[in-house]
Amino acid sequence: MKSFEILGNKDTRSGFGAGLLEAGKNNPNVVALCADLTGSLMMNDFQDQFPERFFQAGIAEANMMGVAAGLALGGKIPFTGTFANFSTGRVYDQIRQSIAYSDSNVKICASHAGLTLGEDGATHQILEDLGLMKMLPNMVVINPCDYNQTKAATIAIANHHGPVYLRFGRPKWPVFISEDTPFVIGKALMLSEGADVSIFATGHMVWKAIEAGHILAEKGISAEVINIHTIKPLDDDAVLASVLKTRCAVTAEEHQMNGGLGDSIAQLLSRKQPTPLEMVAVNDSFGESGKPEELLVKYGLDTVNIVEAAEKAIARKNG
Amino acid sequence: MSNLSNLPEIATQIRRDILRMVHAVNSGHPGGSLGCADYLTALYFHYMKHNPEAFEISGNEQDIFVLSNGHISPVYYSALARSGYFPVSELATFRKLNTRLQGHPTTHEGLPGVRVATGSLGQGLSVAVGFALQKKLDNDSSTVWTLTGDGELQEGQIWEAVMFAAHRKVDNLIVAVDFNQKQIDGTTGDVMGITELSSKFQAFGWTVLEMDGNDWDNIHQVIPQAQSQLGQGKPIVIIMKTEMGQGVDFMMGTHAWHGKAPNDEQLEKALNQLPVTTLGDY
Repeated sequence: MKSFEILGNKDTRSGFGAGLLEAGKNNPNVVALCADLTGSLMMNDFQDQFPERFFQAGIAEANMMGVAAGLALGGKIPFTGTFANFSTGRVYDQIRQSIAYSDSNVKICASHAGLTLGEDGATHQILEDLGLMKMLPNMVVINPCDYNQTKAATIAIANHHGPVYLRFGRPKWPVFISEDTPFVIGKALMLSEGADVSIFATGHMVWKAIEAGHILAEKGISAEVINIHTIKPLDDDAVLASVLKTRCAVTAEEHQMNGGLGDSIAQLLSRKQPTPLEMVAVNDSFGESGKPEELLVKYGLDTVNIVEAAEKAIARKNG
Repeated sequence: MSNLSNLPEIATQIRRDILRMVHAVNSGHPGGSLGCADYLTALYFHYMKHNPEAFEISGNEQDIFVLSNGHISPVYYSALARSGYFPVSELATFRKLNTRLQGHPTTHEGLPGVRVATGSLGQGLSVAVGFALQKKLDNDSSTVWTLTGDGELQEGQIWEAVMFAAHRKVDNLIVAVDFNQKQIDGTTGDVMGITELSSKFQAFGWTVLEMDGNDWDNIHQVIPQAQSQLGQGKPIVIIMKTEMGQGVDFMMGTHAWHGKAPNDEQLEKALNQLPVTTLGDY
């Protein structure tokens, strides 16, 4: 199992803020909208640097999505910013009609996703957003794993024409992807090659998957850890190539089991390459208040859960 | 740009198109379409600065129209075809399999003239505001026009957009509200009162004009008046009184024809009230 140096401890939303600023410098057509969460989304630098290209929408997300669609259809590249809950479920029909169906070049950027939002509790901890967004035809869905990858993804989506959902989070989290790692939409990132089990992880759970890989290595199990930052379009080839080698798999995500990354991979495997698969995800439940790490433990999204899932998947393969 | 004197005849032809289109597929929304035929004729054949032959979704340096109440697609499609966006013969494909003229307007099938999908109500105004902001950013002095239903004003998103447009001083936008006071379940007064409409918009900081959308003299008075108010720091709304079913006596004064097509006999009766024009049927 390859070792990863921790390069820092930073929130992924700051990666978004830094990426947005850079995207704004790269392209004068990049504009940004925010629904009264500019500080939380780390959009202040963009706002300060490009005040005429920043639109405060107030606490009115539905209108923000429509205005973004109009800006995009007129030729701009709008990035909308609010919490993941208000970026998706609250405005689903606006996204569906004015953005996805209308092929508006809007980048829906969603912070505070998942359990690691923490103390604010279940009203704000959306665990259904990946599923909601991936079901929309024409929508690209991305969930980067650390600060550097979020920054790179933000810059990359500005250069991709079409609607994108970019999901990131609130807490400080280990930074381990190097700054110069290219971000290619739809291309899985091989983190560590292995022979016994494939671990496909997205978002914050990628770091947990790396930790699990080390624990498995101590037990003599060789895990292949792959970072699926793009849930849709899924890198089918990378997934299939890996399971062809390992013949069993685990998925790990900070999302409902229904509709998430695991669901996408299960669908692919059952059609193309039936393989024992274990899913580390929230099992049909809302979250609650607590510290991010406490919540991951309580809801079965900790390192140990990935280790157990890997052992179970291997046992099924060998059984 | 058509002569003012030609507009009533064009509107009559558009009304014939509407009736024949919905009759052919026994579905669609004739009532509101007939009511707004004069306004769309006025925009597409006289007041809007646009170039149908060189259509692009972005519409830079051109006036843009967004139909927020997408269900009145028959009048929209007829106005687009008759003003040169696509062949008039294509109106015959309305709502049929593989058509570009979907039940509700969409960009998805590539129909020239349509810039965003609408139909799920309350969204078009926000999109129009977005287009208006884009024009401002690009120093494009053309105008964004949009039409909403009056029942549509019951959607909360409309008022988010109304607040936003005033706050951002979106003054390159002219919104018309199709004030026919009818919706699917009955009168707007019975279903969900939208009283004091002018005062509501005024309170939000908009310039408000009122117009009879089925009276040509009044149309030619109020639209130029609205245009003269552009660029003065406020969004503009025209509360446009119309008669649902305008032009066909038995379709007027009722909400019954909101989403119902005439049968053969009713079509004939209706077309008899809208004499054949020099433009000819599709």
